[in-house]
Amino acid sequence: MFLLPTEEAHTMTDTTERKNPYRLPVDQLKAKSLELRRDIITMLVEAKSGHTGGPMGFADIAATLFFHELVYDPKNPKWPGRDMWFYSMGHMTPIHYSALAEAGYFPLKDLMKFRKLDGHLQGHPSSLDTPGVEVSSGSLGQGLSIAFGAAYGSRMDGHPRRVYALLSDGEHEEGSTWEAAMAAGHYQMDNLCAIVDYNNIQIDGHVEDIMGLAPLGDKYRAFRWNVIEIDGHDIAAILGALDQARRCKGRPTVVLARTVMGHPVSFMSDQFEWHGKPPKPEEGDKALAELGTTYAEWSGRLLNN
Amino acid sequence: MKKTREGFGRALAELGKTNPDVVVLVGDLTDSTMVSFFAKEFPDRFVEMGVAEQNMMTAAAGLSLVGKIPFLATYGAFATCRCADQIRVTVCYSDLNVKIGGAHGGISVGPDGATHQALEEFAMMRVLPNMKVIVPCDFEETRKATLAAAAVWGPVYLRFGREDVPVVTGAATPFEIGKGILLRDGDDVAIVACGVMVHEALQAAEALAARDIQARVINIHTIKPIDRNLLIQAAEDCGAVVTAEEHQIHGGLGSAVAEVLVRHCPVPMEFVAVEDRFGQSGKPAELMAAFGLTADHIVTATEKVLARKVARVY
Repeated sequence: MFLLPTEEAHTMTDTTERKNPYRLPVDQLKAKSLELRRDIITMLVEAKSGHTGGPMGFADIAATLFFHELVYDPKNPKWPGRDMWFYSMGHMTPIHYSALAEAGYFPLKDLMKFRKLDGHLQGHPSSLDTPGVEVSSGSLGQGLSIAFGAAYGSRMDGHPRRVYALLSDGEHEEGSTWEAAMAAGHYQMDNLCAIVDYNNIQIDGHVEDIMGLAPLGDKYRAFRWNVIEIDGHDIAAILGALDQARRCKGRPTVVLARTVMGHPVSFMSDQFEWHGKPPKPEEGDKALAELGTTYAEWSGRLLNN
Repeated sequence: MKKTREGFGRALAELGKTNPDVVVLVGDLTDSTMVSFFAKEFPDRFVEMGVAEQNMMTAAAGLSLVGKIPFLATYGAFATCRCADQIRVTVCYSDLNVKIGGAHGGISVGPDGATHQALEEFAMMRVLPNMKVIVPCDFEETRKATLAAAAVWGPVYLRFGREDVPVVTGAATPFEIGKGILLRDGDDVAIVACGVMVHEALQAAEALAARDIQARVINIHTIKPIDRNLLIQAAEDCGAVVTAEEHQIHGGLGSAVAEVLVRHCPVPMEFVAVEDRFGQSGKPAELMAAFGLTADHIVTATEKVLARKVARVY
């Protein structure tokens, strides 16, 4: 699938019916995050390549965003009234794509072509290939700047859009992240919300061992941000933080979401080896058993939808 | 004599009036890049980004996603080399409508020295898919190129200079992205130039004419996409080509022309460019002479290429 970039003028006045198409309650969001995790394991087993741990740990936040919070129309990805979200951490494609597919942007069976030549799901997201991907990413430290720009332009137009930057903790080692943080604080971008997947893991080990990041909240406060710290697996807390962010005026908000990489699969949890590798079939079977399904059942669900 | 950067600044002020989507970002160089005309008239569409070029580049990408046409202004050296990853991954891979104004291009920046004399941007920008690279030759052409950049979809890199340079084109001279301009006809040799070297090429052609050598002079203001037909025709008619650019010899205009001709009409070529070294401080005119970027150097290159043309058996 090849999407031409949108060349038509954006009519920002069309803001009718600005709401999430699902608005699922907490218990159903929990069920949805379980489905997303099953998708992630299944598509990675099939792809034989890709990132497992981060996407698993981010599933509760992604479920909450896509099935309660974000304003979008999956049948009209460029709908001018939409919210915008940017996966600065491009390698999170397994959760990015599974949420897009479950939300209705493209068929679930496309997930089984992840990272394959005849599919449209690149290893790292490509906006010209995949509907629902606003911008290509994969080189870290750029998403907060993009989100800042989109938020700035939306505010110029008086557009009610909210803009979400989805960041990893490790990419705060990139200086450009801090350039963006400084600009967003300076320009008081209260339509901008950053969510940090704070699992304290990067490729080479624990973030604090690789490059000390703490106290991250204090750093953002010093950059004139509103800071909210939550358990990134507590859906009610995620909803509360997003609501609090929306009500905060005059400052951008960062949600520092404490997550466990690989959660809740026992042998993946908090294991940095699971950052960048896919499960082998037998590991996938074990993980899917812990998630209450089997590869046959779940790949069948994906392929038939 | 007029500054090319003023052509950029004036055009932006014009665009401010005619196109409400045009937004200008600057990296702490408002007066120097001459976006001050726009800033004064359209403060609500002007964003000061501070000394943070990487953020400025990617923020421009974000602005384009919500329908703006962002022009960003900084020195070419910083716009390209410092932001190469942002341009590659975010702007070009996503084919976003970001217009990059690279001021202070070339050795003619003068006393600021090598760090500020951008000599690598043609190579760096033209290698990226989806990017267009425009190097106008004077005030008027920079003005037109800026207006044209706003009217075309996708990433555009515009290179302009610091100094007053002769105005070669007029208000009526046509400008179309990707369409080179035949400035002087001749069949002995083709001199293909861009930027301030266009004027030097015309001077060189004049000197050559006095010696009965008729040089064709072509202004290739768009290095990418390059005007292949005009170049192939020139090579077929003249049988020898000299390129002239205020840029490193590797990967710039000369390389772009050679890539076309070597496949479609290989003829002897010579390159007038900076010979793989960094610039230095000095007066602009002194530097142009010291780095081999004058009409005289084009004449010398022409003599060399003509010697090879004569030796060639057709």
